[in-house]
Amino acid sequence: MRALRAMTWVELKLFVREPLTVMFVLVLPLVVLYVLNGVFGSQPDPTVWEGLSPIDFYTSAYVALVAATAGVLSLPVHLAGYREQGVLRRFRASAVRPAALVGAHMTVTVVIATVGAVLLSVLSVVVYDAALPEDWLGVVAAYLVTAVAFAALGALLGFLLPTARAAQGLGVLLFFVFMMLGGAGPPKEVLPTALSRVADGLPVTYASDLVRGPWMGQGWDGTALLVLVVMLVACVGLTAWRLRRETEG
Amino acid sequence: MVLAVEVEGLRKEYGRTVAVADVSFTVEPGEIFGLLGPNGSGKTTTVECVQGLRRADAGRIRVLGLDPATDATRLRRLVGSQLQDSALPDRLRVGEALELFAAISPHGPPWRHLLEEWGLADQRRTAFADLSGGQRQRLFVALALVSDPRLVVLDEMTTGLDPAARRVAWNLVEAVRDRGTTVVLVTHFMDEAHRLCDRVAVLSRGRVLATGTPAALIAAHQPETVVRFTAPPDADVSFLRGVGGVRDVARVDGTGVLVRGSGPLLARVGHALVERGLEPEDLAGSVPSLEDAYLALTGGAAEDGAA
Ligand SMILES: Nc1ncnc2c1ncn2[C@@H]1O[C@H](COP(=O)(O)OP(=O)(O)OP(=O)(O)O)[C@@H](O)[C@H]1O
Ligand SMILES: [Mg+2]
Repeated sequence: MRALRAMTWVELKLFVREPLTVMFVLVLPLVVLYVLNGVFGSQPDPTVWEGLSPIDFYTSAYVALVAATAGVLSLPVHLAGYREQGVLRRFRASAVRPAALVGAHMTVTVVIATVGAVLLSVLSVVVYDAALPEDWLGVVAAYLVTAVAFAALGALLGFLLPTARAAQGLGVLLFFVFMMLGGAGPPKEVLPTALSRVADGLPVTYASDLVRGPWMGQGWDGTALLVLVVMLVACVGLTAWRLRRETEG
Repeated sequence: MVLAVEVEGLRKEYGRTVAVADVSFTVEPGEIFGLLGPNGSGKTTTVECVQGLRRADAGRIRVLGLDPATDATRLRRLVGSQLQDSALPDRLRVGEALELFAAISPHGPPWRHLLEEWGLADQRRTAFADLSGGQRQRLFVALALVSDPRLVVLDEMTTGLDPAARRVAWNLVEAVRDRGTTVVLVTHFMDEAHRLCDRVAVLSRGRVLATGTPAALIAAHQPETVVRFTAPPDADVSFLRGVGGVRDVARVDGTGVLVRGSGPLLARVGHALVERGLEPEDLAGSVPSLEDAYLALTGGAAEDGAA
């Protein structure tokens, strides 16, 4: 437990020292939100965004996107880099359980994502007049499920991908796919059928739905919850399995 | 008393490469034990199996009474390691690294004294990526010692250190041993092994060629004294064969002469040379060193590529 705490504190400091990731997770969504608001204004259009005002729709979509980005963009790069460079060996030799290391990384990822998500929500509400959550507790719970699920996905990618470079490449690709198709870009209703089908398969689409439900007072989206919980459990299980294999040899 | 390390019939293969074929040795508590051998002879693989970082294919290993294959986590808390290949996060600072490794060891020992001891006080706030090679190396040794371990494994501890830093490192390792810690030292420096190690094992191609104190290895494998000097290629030096104690006189590289034998060879050869009117300015004798014994044992050939 003390190891986990010490590791988490150090990893948090290390994360903050990396300007590029901080920008991707914290600043970019804000910029895109600003642009989209300029493009779409705040008038509801009954044919798109589920009939919601664009800012309400995008706020929950961006909260989900920030959590997803933190998970797939920064975490795998760090973990794959640790494996590649021998940092993992160094920690392992000092009796740091890989689980503690993964736990520290996931915690830091969730913390950073939360800062980004809160920043974004406050900005949406204060500057762009987005609605306040109807069900505060529900939003926090939905957000946490999302953030932890994507952190687990990131941990798995970090142990599957061979190098930090590969992780970086895939992370950036996923980031753009998530942003363009996961509900945070053009409204799904105007996407071509093929792309719309891709969007339906993206976990981030479900994450947006999951956060939007309690936020707009529409209740929980059961399918979305199921998808994210399954993703969480599967990623944790596969990561544990990978870890066990990695430590032998 | 339970042995610090017990290795018997260790074998480890990587795919089709046999890294360690058959290695056995024991390390007594409180001694500095050296592992010597050419590149690729299996030293690192052996100590990684000892630390439970790799799983042996065959053989029996006990470290401080524990089996590294099944008790790895408990064992690693008792063992400090400086690994040949490892790294820290690029942006982690020296002070933070020591603090972290102190925090993750069982009793959270003090760490600040290590900054001074290992000459890192001025680098306390320097990121790992910005350290020089020797500074990194010193940090890794300091990290190996921070948990106050009962056994420390140092894999090429002084590689990359300047001569002064090497001597400082030697003194510190001796101090660690004097406080009761057992040390396993992998090294390519024979002066280091001779100075520090109570006993050494020489490995080649994944097998132990010899084990013993440095003095015993020298006596067994290179007991002879050597005298060297240069003389014109046409000078006849065969008369030296008649000098007492001389066993062999050989020409090397045209002008060099190598006299081998035993006893007070330098004085006798010098006397004989002066009598014949030869006064080489570079006459030098060497008592056999661990390096001579090592080269005699391993055949002086590099293992990589040859294997
Ligand atoms: N991870 C690995 N995968 C495949 N082969 C390996 C691996 N590690 C080591 N080997 C091989 O095993 C053999 C022994 O390597 P090892 O690192 O134990 O040697 P060493 O004695 O420590 O050498 P050096 O003095 O160069 O450090 C070498 O032939 C090496 O190529
Ligand atoms: Mg080695």
